[in-house]
Amino acid sequence: MADVMAGTTAGTASEPTAPVVAARSLTKAFGGVLALDAASTAFSAGEVHCLAGENGCGKSTLIKILSGVHPPTSGTIEVGGSSYGHLAPRQALDLGIEVIYQDFSLLPNLTAAENIALPSFLTHRRRFVARAAVDAIAEQAVARLGVDLDLRTPVGDLTVADRQLCAIARALAHDTRFLAMDEPTTTLTWREVDALFDAVRRLRDDGVAIAFISHKLQEVFSIADRVSIMRNGRIVATGRPEEYTHSSLTESMTGRATSALARETPTWRDKPPALEVRGLERLPLFTGVDLAVGQGEIVGLAGLLGSGRTEIAEALAGVLPATSGTVLVRGRPTRIRTVTDAVEAGIGYVPEDRLTQGLFLDQPIGDNVLATGIGSFARFSVTRPQRMARAAAGIVHSLRIKAASLQDSIRTLSGGNAQRVLIGKWLIGRPKVLILNGPTVGVDVGSKFDILSLLHAESLKGLGVLIISDDLPELVSTCDRVLVVRNGRVVSEVDRRDLTEKALLEAVAA
Amino acid sequence: MKAAGASRWRRVAGDQELLLLVLLGLLLVAVAARAPEVLTVDTLFNVARESMVTLVFAVAVLIVIISGGIDVSFLAVGIFAAYSAVSLVPQEGPAATAWLPFAVAVAIGVALGLVNAAVVLGAGVSTLIATLATSAVFLGVLFAFVGGTVVNSIPEPLRVLGSTSLLELPAAGRGTTRLSVLVLPVLVVCAATAAFLRWTVAGRSIFAMGGDREAARRAGVAIGPTVVLVFALSGALAGLAGMTHVALSGRADPTTFFGGELNVLAAVVLGGALISGGRGSVRGTVLGVLLITCIRSSLIPLGIPPVWQEAVIGSLLILGVVLQALASRVKPVRAILDPADPVLAPAPLRRDVVEAGDAR
Repeated sequence: MADVMAGTTAGTASEPTAPVVAARSLTKAFGGVLALDAASTAFSAGEVHCLAGENGCGKSTLIKILSGVHPPTSGTIEVGGSSYGHLAPRQALDLGIEVIYQDFSLLPNLTAAENIALPSFLTHRRRFVARAAVDAIAEQAVARLGVDLDLRTPVGDLTVADRQLCAIARALAHDTRFLAMDEPTTTLTWREVDALFDAVRRLRDDGVAIAFISHKLQEVFSIADRVSIMRNGRIVATGRPEEYTHSSLTESMTGRATSALARETPTWRDKPPALEVRGLERLPLFTGVDLAVGQGEIVGLAGLLGSGRTEIAEALAGVLPATSGTVLVRGRPTRIRTVTDAVEAGIGYVPEDRLTQGLFLDQPIGDNVLATGIGSFARFSVTRPQRMARAAAGIVHSLRIKAASLQDSIRTLSGGNAQRVLIGKWLIGRPKVLILNGPTVGVDVGSKFDILSLLHAESLKGLGVLIISDDLPELVSTCDRVLVVRNGRVVSEVDRRDLTEKALLEAVAA
Repeated sequence: MKAAGASRWRRVAGDQELLLLVLLGLLLVAVAARAPEVLTVDTLFNVARESMVTLVFAVAVLIVIISGGIDVSFLAVGIFAAYSAVSLVPQEGPAATAWLPFAVAVAIGVALGLVNAAVVLGAGVSTLIATLATSAVFLGVLFAFVGGTVVNSIPEPLRVLGSTSLLELPAAGRGTTRLSVLVLPVLVVCAATAAFLRWTVAGRSIFAMGGDREAARRAGVAIGPTVVLVFALSGALAGLAGMTHVALSGRADPTTFFGGELNVLAAVVLGGALISGGRGSVRGTVLGVLLITCIRSSLIPLGIPPVWQEAVIGSLLILGVVLQALASRVKPVRAILDPADPVLAPAPLRRDVVEAGDAR
């Protein structure tokens, strides 16, 4: 564990400086669960320090302790040479500690300018707000970031990408010395990620200490000056990114070796496609959408945020139905006006964010598996426990979920097994087509692999899968074909043979 | 076409103040048509007098609603403060000491507001439950320790103030009709609250807390002190409102406001305050109060039996909430298709409409 302190002692090219913020054996227990186990690390000025690790490894907890959201169970926080047992949020802000949370933590009812300026008004103990002062602070922060942002609009009406920019601008609005970004790229498209990275590098060169949390290895490699890997609440290794390769980083994070997902095209060409769509339209969102997903085929739907890809998926799921067009499921024409229509037709839809948030962590595995399909095990609204137990056991068995008992809570499962439960929950209705919107957003490498291999296994049984994703390597490694959406139309198709990250990037960003 | 209609709806629903003005106008037209004899300066002053107390209560509730809570104890606080103040201050004195009972009532209001804040923060219960409980406790204490009988002789300075007119005009029939001088402090309080909410960091913190409590906390808003401030202000305003009522009516009756919560809450919600917090304005609240008072005083001239009064106000409350739901549900549709996309060209679109019309 000696190398944990490398932040202050390693012989890097830059001058070794005293850390801006340091964690000294921080421990945090939530109930009986140890989220952080004597973690020590340091963040130095002018350095982007990436924290990498699987879901629940303690990265977010560490950041929340540094920013005063949670008090640590034991250990100390060091800021600018002084030691603190814990910090209050306002105190952390006063010390120049800023965090951009995954959910941005913006105030939807206030304008972007007010969101950016309010914290500095509070930390400077000012009593009155003048619009001119608010605008000046906001404009200065936006200029520092080098972006264009509509400051007069309530944040609730901004696009997700603009909210992200607003959150960063807010963090820069006053004398920020330490900036932590908790998975800042989750909701961004590649182009926006590039702009974000430019901003991050500018801040680093300004002498800000930056903690950057990400699941995406490419990002870690392209932005980090230093990488710390966390596992089970501990910091297990710290080093420079050059010392790692993709696979060695993955191995340190998961503690096991992973292999690439090799996939043969299993499409059952002699059968009607699982899903066929012709001329789907809803003005002014999308028009003329033709697509087909064969039985046993995994098709990707790529496109920039706001290209219409989510709207098309939601139309097929009945969330925001199309106004015209034909939809056939295994050759049978269906009209989809509501979510119920879609479910009855055999179209399953896993919306964004549902995978990561869809489990009742303290409830038994069996109940979790059955949560979405509970209606089909009831007669006259009275559940039939024996049938349910049999069904749950069947799913757990077929998905190869390793659990001692169906009565154990989800918390006792490893991350990968928990993800299997999650997928099992969506598969229980036996959909003919499964549409997944960002299935691995915010999911760590190990679990991501589990999800994708599970989809692969299900597709071999004839399920048609449509994946909407921003993660290019994921689309390349998982899909048989990728359709590209731009301005509300399907504009091109990248076939298995030509499917590389480069080809996809060109098709999407063109 | 649909999108345009939806966005128009959103504008109307979003701009509730405009809608209130339209409703007020319609009401005026209806009264002018059915009972023109009512449209006199007497009625105008009546509406003003009846609105004053409701308005101060409504501003008290507005602050709590903006902060993301709800207060149902304001009437209990108001009458507790006013009744106790009347019993505490000396009965006689020069007219210039009329501020004293007001100051005492406001102080008692603040104290009761602090009790509310203590319950909300200490027990961690919802503001609705907390204030429902405290309101029953306040009334119980009032009847048990202060008294439950109607006080018909209020302190002399207060009586003098209550009967001082700002404006006295010849009435429609005989004699004169008057507008109480107490309308001035009410207006000042409204303006001051509006300025507080708009131009102070504390005011913006209240909005922030109502918009997203956790995000506000992370932005550095101290939640506890802000909750205390909200309930202290609300209590102070409720005390002021109670005393204004006592001064205007010339008597202190502990049962005077029973069942009046509906009017006030309906006015605030109609005025555009979002029941889930984070949005609301004093201007909208003023319009909401005016609308409700006007409706109450024009039902009889319009020939609607007074038994329907409460039902009408209740319906208005539902209308206000429905408007809010509509405004939040009808998100603006952001076009994704390229504006130059041929499907969006006007010509074929128009043909579609004609065809659809023909088919019918």
